[in-house]
Amino acid sequence: MQSVLAPVGPYADSTAILSGVLFVGGTLVFLGVMVAIVLAVRSSSRARRFLSRDTTILAFGAGLPIVTLSALLIWGLRIEVGLEAGPPSALQIEVRGHQWWWHVRYLEEGGRWDFVTANEIRIPTGVPVELRLSSADVIHSFWVPSLAGKLDMVPGRTNRLTVQADEPGVFRGQCAEYCGGPHALMAFHVVAETPADFETWRERQRRPAPEPVGEEARRGREVFLASGCEVCHRVAGTPARGTVGPDLTHVGGRLHLMSGMLRSHRGTFGGWIASAQHLKPGNQMPSYDTLPGADLRALATWLESLE
Amino acid sequence: MTLPALHEVPRPETEHDKLREIWRPPSGLRFITAVNNTYIGIFYVGAALLFFLLAGLLALGMRTQLLFAENEFLSQEAYNQFFTMHGTIMMFLFAVPAVEAMGVFLLPPMLAARDLPFPRLSAYAFWAYFVGGLIFFGSLFFGLAPRGGWFMYPPLTSTQYSPGISADFWLLGIGFIEISAIAGAVEILVGVLRTRAPGMSLDKLPIYAWAMLVFATLIVLAFPAIILGTALLELERAFGWPFFDAARGGDPLLWQHLFWFFGHPEVYIIFLPAAGFVSMILPTMAGVPLAGYRLVVIALLATGFTAMGVWVHHMFATGIPSLSVSFFSAASMAVAVPSGIQVFAWIATLASGRLRFHTPALFLLGFLFIFTLGGLTGVMVGLVPFDWQVHDTYFIVAHFHYVLIGGMVFPLFAAFYYWAPIASIRPLSERLGRWVFGLLFVGFNVAFFPMHITGLLGMPRRVWTYPADVGWEGLNQLSTAGAYLIAAAVLLFLIDVLRNFRLTTDKGGAGNVWNAGTLEWIENSTYGVRSIPPVDAREPLWAHRDLRELTEAGAYFLPGSVTGGRETLVTSPLEGRPQFVLQLPGPGWSPLLAAVATALGFFMLTLKLVVPALVLAGVTVAFLCIWLWGSDPGPAGPPADVGGGHVVPTSASGPLSHSWWGTVVLIVVLAMLFGALVFSYLYLWTVSRQVWPASTGQPLPAPFWPLAAAAAFAASSLAMAWANRALGRSRPDRRASERVGLGLALGLLVAAFLLELVGQRASGLSPTTSSYGALVYVGIALEGALVLALVVMGLYTLARSLTGRLGPERRATFDNTRLLWHYGVAQGLALLVLLHLAPLVLG
Repeated sequence: MQSVLAPVGPYADSTAILSGVLFVGGTLVFLGVMVAIVLAVRSSSRARRFLSRDTTILAFGAGLPIVTLSALLIWGLRIEVGLEAGPPSALQIEVRGHQWWWHVRYLEEGGRWDFVTANEIRIPTGVPVELRLSSADVIHSFWVPSLAGKLDMVPGRTNRLTVQADEPGVFRGQCAEYCGGPHALMAFHVVAETPADFETWRERQRRPAPEPVGEEARRGREVFLASGCEVCHRVAGTPARGTVGPDLTHVGGRLHLMSGMLRSHRGTFGGWIASAQHLKPGNQMPSYDTLPGADLRALATWLESLE
Repeated sequence: MTLPALHEVPRPETEHDKLREIWRPPSGLRFITAVNNTYIGIFYVGAALLFFLLAGLLALGMRTQLLFAENEFLSQEAYNQFFTMHGTIMMFLFAVPAVEAMGVFLLPPMLAARDLPFPRLSAYAFWAYFVGGLIFFGSLFFGLAPRGGWFMYPPLTSTQYSPGISADFWLLGIGFIEISAIAGAVEILVGVLRTRAPGMSLDKLPIYAWAMLVFATLIVLAFPAIILGTALLELERAFGWPFFDAARGGDPLLWQHLFWFFGHPEVYIIFLPAAGFVSMILPTMAGVPLAGYRLVVIALLATGFTAMGVWVHHMFATGIPSLSVSFFSAASMAVAVPSGIQVFAWIATLASGRLRFHTPALFLLGFLFIFTLGGLTGVMVGLVPFDWQVHDTYFIVAHFHYVLIGGMVFPLFAAFYYWAPIASIRPLSERLGRWVFGLLFVGFNVAFFPMHITGLLGMPRRVWTYPADVGWEGLNQLSTAGAYLIAAAVLLFLIDVLRNFRLTTDKGGAGNVWNAGTLEWIENSTYGVRSIPPVDAREPLWAHRDLRELTEAGAYFLPGSVTGGRETLVTSPLEGRPQFVLQLPGPGWSPLLAAVATALGFFMLTLKLVVPALVLAGVTVAFLCIWLWGSDPGPAGPPADVGGGHVVPTSASGPLSHSWWGTVVLIVVLAMLFGALVFSYLYLWTVSRQVWPASTGQPLPAPFWPLAAAAAFAASSLAMAWANRALGRSRPDRRASERVGLGLALGLLVAAFLLELVGQRASGLSPTTSSYGALVYVGIALEGALVLALVVMGLYTLARSLTGRLGPERRATFDNTRLLWHYGVAQGLALLVLLHLAPLVLG
């Protein structure tokens, strides 16, 4: 779901109502102008005399827009102020745009960081959540149409955006500012859960990655550590401490892979690792297409088990 | 009613033959050396259409790629290059040149001038644009095309994220084509203000000329910002001067401010001339004068004024403070008012006349439909919360194509069908024209209306692919189908042009086929009208049924040539009183070769071949000097009788001269360039105070340096004033002091510049450490470029003095040099204040 027309929270709602009024009003004005043109070309001489006066030009060309647009402007500004101030939120999440993925850091009260994840943001329903948006490289733009309008991530700045989902669900978002190469493939999801589910999830995220269960998963972890993956990725509880790419501590628990573009399961893990450059041309991850099939399967098994 | 003849008719046949001979275009392949507006205008329109086709093909490529989800027709790399090139070419190589080209072609006949006031400048501007544009487009074939979007936002376009030369192609290529647009604007401003038919006061100016005045003013005010922006980004890329790098006190948003300070007026720069077309064509099609002429003029001026204050509405989603967002939101809504006035003035015109449904009228009705819709979505995106949702989505793609294709391409097609009979011995086909219109109108709406919905359903712009499960495929397929219909319309138009457009520059076209009222419908040749008619009405041909005939018979001003060469009448800017006969240049190679050298020079710079670039810059200056050497010829004889008892001189200097006006416009451009620099300085100070001297402890140069530089600047101006006084005296023994004065002024100016440069260097300031240092040095570099230009002009003026081409009666060259000189000194002093006082005051 990635649509302005399907709002699920108060921030997207107020804009959706404004949009509705704009569409109806715009249609009426458009029809009015078209009718005036038809009358000017075809109608009786009385209507045409009326339309040809300077006072008519001023009344419809200047008077009408000044009145309606002033009203709209004031209303729009009121909505804008409501969207900006946003009540203080208990939950704060840092989202940092990278070419071409999203680094997500949950903050504890007081601003210390709690845990790190990537490309998927979980929030509890019914409460405002404050997002702190920044960029590690070029300009990106954070946009989940069902929750709120977009806000840019500009290097050197931190922008604040408040979102709220009133019902559980998975809401798709996508980078809205062209950021080079595979900009089209830089998506993510916001998963809204009931506060209880959210707490369970948060507890799990704070823990290091689970120990591998079974031979294949164990082998997968060895492959991970031996093939250079750890240079870029971090998996808490293992020696992997890289920060160039997404944190993979609980990657198996996320719904999607490849910054929101693939559903997450063992097959897509293998496919992504083997052909990252084909699936997402120009991204920072090389295609590990020389990895033996058995190693690839083991790696995928282990990663999928990291819930 | 008849306007009395000013000359006896019939005229002697030899007079007309002589006129024809004087204006005879160069034959054979040498036609490319032609400089007069009929030729340059046609070349210009043709080139703009070529780029329209090329950018259109890129659009078809993109639409084909988006036909299916996860399609692989175009690679990611190719798609990113395509949309960058499509936007860039449509805006810089099609839209602005196309409307400028129509101005070059239409304005002289509409004002009954024989040519534009600076024919070789038009030729230079055209060739620079054409050659530069072809090189720019060629980058696609070598995989070197820019891929940063037409807006080129850093840091994506910095060397770190865009290594290689593709971004430099954009920065140097487009930066330079903008200079050509400014040259055209100078031409149009001076042309409209000074070369009108006698009696054509401002309240009788054809509305199109009003639109072009506002158009050219906007170019002059807005383009310098992007020229500075491209220069700053290129300096950051080439030498590491940080203007946009946040880590060193720059700010990526500075680029956005500079870009959109140009980029939004750009939209009106494209739309206003088109609105001018509508206000000319609609009255003819309805058979009545334009309703609310004065209101429409006010609306044009108001649009231009508001256009300069809305740029931030492209930056609503960047997180800038809500106070400024609200101001720009209000300003953006305000633009709707002048547009509303124009729309209802057009409706009133329709209502007071009887519309004849010829092809141009169809395009205008299509325009009213599409433009109204685009204007309404424009109001929507002016509201900040709505913009936060639809910004950078297909809703915006739909909106601006409605405004730009509806607001500019439809009127342009109307203009092609309407004015073709002026340039062609037969009009374009009515039958084919209706099909072109129908296909274009249906195709356009099928292609772009669904995009509003695609955008609301969440599809962002500039994506080369999309997943199958988001529900955008059906709408995209509709859009692609529409795009192919548009292509069919354009193809049919080309067929119509090939079949029916037969260019004529010396026989006068197909005649006044629509029974229009304005002067361009009098028979035109390379020399323009046979004689220049006096004007006492807005639609002279409707007011005086025999005006056309008498004008063509040579009954009015300047039926022949009073100087024996090409010439046109210069009139006063407000009332259009005859002031002097301007001697005009004929064909020549120098503008063409200068333009080619400039374009190749910029190309060499793109390839980082600095030495060839410098050589080509030298070649350009050499050709410029060659071409200028013959201008400012002084009086061709005693004042001449141009008709009706008006005896006027055949040359002018000082504020009376057309070239003085051109220089004044140039000074406005330079002042805007400097103003953009001051803005950049103050803006970066507000966001990055930590790199300013008060925080870093960077010492400022000792007061000696700026004080000495200020003294030298002031003394240079005084020396120039002294030379001016010497030149004003007619005694030949004063010539020495005129030369000494010029020489002194030259030396002092260079000294002032060097004092400032050395002072900053001595303080140990580096241009690469922080944005503060980079700004100081770019200020000095800007002044240095101006000083260099003034040195060349000073030496050139000195050479004219030494060769006896300067005197009390023949001094336009000197006057222009002097005017620019004083500006250069003023800018130098302002720079000293900025670089030495501002850091102390701002802290």
